[in-house]
Amino acid sequence: MKPAAFEYHAPRTLEEALGLLHEHQDEAKVLAGGQSLVPAMNFRLARPAVLVDIAHVPGLDRIETNDPASVTVGARVRHLDLEHNTIAGPLGSLFAMTGRWVGHYPIRVRGTFGGSLAHADPAAEWCALASALDAELHCRSTSGSRTVGARDFFEQMAFTTCLEPDELLVGVRLPRLSDSCGVGMAEFARRWGDFAIVLAVTAVERDGDSIARARIALGGVAGGPVRASNAEAALAGRPATAGTVAEAAAAAAEEVDPTGDIHGSADYRRDLVRAMVTRALDQALA
Amino acid sequence: MRWTGRSLRRFEDPALVRGLGRFVADVADQHRGTLHAAFVRSPVPAGEIRSIEAPPGAPVLTAESFPGIRTMCARLDRPDFVALETPVLASDAVRHPGEPVALVVAGSRAEAEDLAEQVVVDIEATRPVLDATAATDPDAPTVHAGLDMPMGNNVVLDARFATEGLEAAFEEADEIVALDIRAHRQNALPIEARGALAAHDRGTGRTTLTAANQMPHMLRTALADILDIGEAELRVVTPEVGGAFGQKMCVPREYVALVAAARLLGATIAWIEDRSENLLASWHSRDHSYLLRGAFNRSGMLLGLDADIVCNIGAYSNYPVTFGVEPLMAMAELPGPYRLSQYRVRSRAVTTNMCPIAPYRGVSRPVLTLAMERLMDTAARRLDLDPVEIRRANLVSEFPYSMPTGLPVDPGSYVETLDAAVEALDLEGFRRRQQQAAAEGRYLGVGFSVFGERTGYGTPAFAARAMEITPGYETVQLEMNPSGDVTARIGASPHGQGLATALSQLLADELGVEPRQVAVVHGDTDTTPYGWGTFASRSMVIAGGAAKLAAERLAAQLREIAAHHLEASPDDIRLEDGSAVVAGTSVGVTLPEIARIAHHSSHLLPAPMEPGLSVSATYDPGGTFSNACHAAVVEVDPDTGHVRLERFVVIADAGLEVNPMIVEGQIHGGVTQGIANALYEELVTDDDGNLLTASLMDFLPPTVCEVPLIEVTHVQTITDASITGAKGVGEGGAIGAPAAVLNAISDALSPLGIEVDEMPATPSRVRELIRRAQSTTTGGPT
Ligand SMILES: Cc1cc2nc3c(=O)[nH]c(=O)nc-3n(C[C@H](O)[C@H](O)[C@H](O)COP(=O)(O)OP(=O)(O)OC[C@H]3O[C@@H](n4cnc5c(N)ncnc54)[C@H](O)[C@@H]3O)c2cc1C
Repeated sequence: MKPAAFEYHAPRTLEEALGLLHEHQDEAKVLAGGQSLVPAMNFRLARPAVLVDIAHVPGLDRIETNDPASVTVGARVRHLDLEHNTIAGPLGSLFAMTGRWVGHYPIRVRGTFGGSLAHADPAAEWCALASALDAELHCRSTSGSRTVGARDFFEQMAFTTCLEPDELLVGVRLPRLSDSCGVGMAEFARRWGDFAIVLAVTAVERDGDSIARARIALGGVAGGPVRASNAEAALAGRPATAGTVAEAAAAAAEEVDPTGDIHGSADYRRDLVRAMVTRALDQALA
Repeated sequence: MRWTGRSLRRFEDPALVRGLGRFVADVADQHRGTLHAAFVRSPVPAGEIRSIEAPPGAPVLTAESFPGIRTMCARLDRPDFVALETPVLASDAVRHPGEPVALVVAGSRAEAEDLAEQVVVDIEATRPVLDATAATDPDAPTVHAGLDMPMGNNVVLDARFATEGLEAAFEEADEIVALDIRAHRQNALPIEARGALAAHDRGTGRTTLTAANQMPHMLRTALADILDIGEAELRVVTPEVGGAFGQKMCVPREYVALVAAARLLGATIAWIEDRSENLLASWHSRDHSYLLRGAFNRSGMLLGLDADIVCNIGAYSNYPVTFGVEPLMAMAELPGPYRLSQYRVRSRAVTTNMCPIAPYRGVSRPVLTLAMERLMDTAARRLDLDPVEIRRANLVSEFPYSMPTGLPVDPGSYVETLDAAVEALDLEGFRRRQQQAAAEGRYLGVGFSVFGERTGYGTPAFAARAMEITPGYETVQLEMNPSGDVTARIGASPHGQGLATALSQLLADELGVEPRQVAVVHGDTDTTPYGWGTFASRSMVIAGGAAKLAAERLAAQLREIAAHHLEASPDDIRLEDGSAVVAGTSVGVTLPEIARIAHHSSHLLPAPMEPGLSVSATYDPGGTFSNACHAAVVEVDPDTGHVRLERFVVIADAGLEVNPMIVEGQIHGGVTQGIANALYEELVTDDDGNLLTASLMDFLPPTVCEVPLIEVTHVQTITDASITGAKGVGEGGAIGAPAAVLNAISDALSPLGIEVDEMPATPSRVRELIRRAQSTTTGGPT
């Protein structure tokens, strides 16, 4: 359980970092918090020849809150900062309630928001959150920059995104949620701190006693995070009752197509989808 | 004031909590020029080795490199046993995933791993057999082709026992309860994986193996036998050992290869096992299935018990206790503390293309206790009896009792601990709460588990298994130094249990010194007497007993010198508070003064006493049963199948507790492993034999977040089966907990008619049972 030999770079500027990625292309990997990459290297499942550590690249660790309509989270913001940060309103609540499910405390001290999205574990909490809120991901390379919506960023294969080998994820823009928006997050894992078997992230806009719009993203049921569109549709314009929630949860369980693994069969995951969607919606509507 | 019975803080801990404990890897780091080994392992469960190719000139060692080396083979001398030989490195066939094929040596572990990747082993994979029942099919592949298997394909032990009147008992029964109990595969998972450092001294020709191990003397003998060298050429040292639980009891092929390599290369070589290797190919545990039938009368009396036990022992035998330990212990001890006269059992060991099995804390008893306790609860439900009542009706309460297999059970507190658990739980109050919760759609349950654990057994018990290598006794050498301090050299090999503290307490009482004045020396074949090590809940009973006997001898000698010096009778001398005094007077002499005389003025000793103060004693008892009642309270989430442990209560009887805090620590750790067994840990392989739980991401020991406070109450039944009064307590926690948890889940889900007989009861398994129950009761999926 020792990594294969690699070259290590710690660039001091964004340009330098992008230059190194450009130079080494497929051979290089970005090192952020190292909480996914380093274990993979120790198992020799990943064997990058070159590591580009972004720890010293300025600016990547900021959370921009000046825009009234959105918040931009720098790629190197640590999990723990999002769990404990002061982003106001329901968006901040959603970050806090979701963040506490990411691994264990020491992992949250080092692991980064951008690293989690770039790594794209199918059961990652942040990926589901980004998907639920239709986050916009800013990517940079020596040849320029582009902004990709969460729907296009995550591929339907596990651990796969649209990032090119020489591209760096620099920040993520998320819409602020209105004050009337309720948020919810429910997860089932075998032990505290384990990756989810199934998780659900929800944001529900109320219109009096009924639901104006609901966003539901699921983790652990496909190669990447997925939106439960039928469940969302089952909620839009409907009264905020237990019956509506039950219908939406059943629709979510119906529309997913999970595969089984050692922690549970496809049927089991469907059962969990129903339970987690119910719980996350109950929270959002409470 | 006595030291025995006090919860003295452990002398071992300050070094450990400050990071000053030295484990094998630390010792390896401190040696200059240590080389590091990595093993090239079989990627497949079964196949023929065609060739092994290494980069030219690379230090790659294979079976061919060690022509004189023997196979490892431990035997039971019984007709229903087939001996299995284990090569140190596989040369013609591979029989389980991860089997070591070659060893590479480099300057660092990382480089050794680089090199290991470059070794190409060409294996022609053959069809494996992974499941024990499937392996007995005549058409299944034979794991050890060419070996005579008179008892059936891959059957390497087929032991049977039956009393005369079993059939009659079943005919007479009002209710026959049949169960299919399954305990899946586990890994004992010591926090420090295995590891060893072999240092060959070219000057003296001796090799020192520093190893994470529980049986240093046995390991040395085994190394000498297998390598065909004299024991004088070998020294085995066990430094701090980070947990063992049986996984470090048996002789690993890797350690043998390491010693052979160090001698061949004249080098110092470390092999520090990593977690992947440990999960894949150290030693596995459990993997038992029981088909059980119990005959009961209407009032719940157990009239007869019929069992068919199958143990999947993997590809090879362990050494020295053999694979027989699992099925034979299961067979001998299954009836447990329940009065039973009619018993029939068949117990088999079956070899498969899985990693070999070694004993793991509790060995067969967590599973046999699960079987009996599930039987009691299921019978109670069928007969509409209370689970506590059916146990009270059947538990032994008169001693000595003899199990149907002839095993004697010394006095214990089976009924008393059950009653105490009922009280500690406030069972009536719980039942009310359970009903209220049920009205809200919540599923709460309580489960009991009563068991006896045979502990501290010496040579006679092991001899009953007909072992060629029969463990059992322990020896303690005691020396009082000129300053009056005491050195105790022991053959037992503690590795985290706190035995040094407990022995110091016991010796302090016998000798009139302070525990701090006792240095316990262990884990070094050069400096300790031959002994069997630390396993099987034996050390306090057997090494403690030997320490007591030795201390009595030393005390007699001290009294004799004091009497001579004080012109009194030895019978009137008392040893207390560091002095030898004439009883009822203030006349005395300090122990340091006596010690000085014995060592430095030996001409003043009474004739014909020899100089010095050193004695030795050996203890080899027949065994004593400790006992306990465990009770778990759980809540089951019907939507996810998740089981939350709300309370865990243990009423434990370990006889005389030399240090109650240490006893409690043993119970806490054991119960945690029992909870792991019941709910979390399972080694899963796919149909091709690939291990799917190959890291701690998927093999899941519970953490402090999953394990509730463990509430321990102590009961002490003193019997003369142990000369110190102490009974063994090392394994009990792990033995009782699984049954309590599975009984609690079954109690919680009893409104749905669910009985849980498979462990671990993972959320997906529990949810599956609920889904099936709901679809049969409501006629459709929920
Ligand atoms: C025991 C354990 C439990 C865990 N449990 C959870 C859990 O429950 N939920 C969860 O979501 N995660 C969990 N994790 C993973 C953890 O959250 C990681 O921190 C996260 O997945 C990756 O973030 P990182 O900053 O550590 O990235 P790294 O490990 O440094 O990198 C991960 C990958 O992303 C790439 N990368 C990183 N940053 C960028 C960037 N800015 N641009 C382009 N590519 C980039 C890297 O090249 C690499 O391929 C766990 C980890 C451990 C060790």
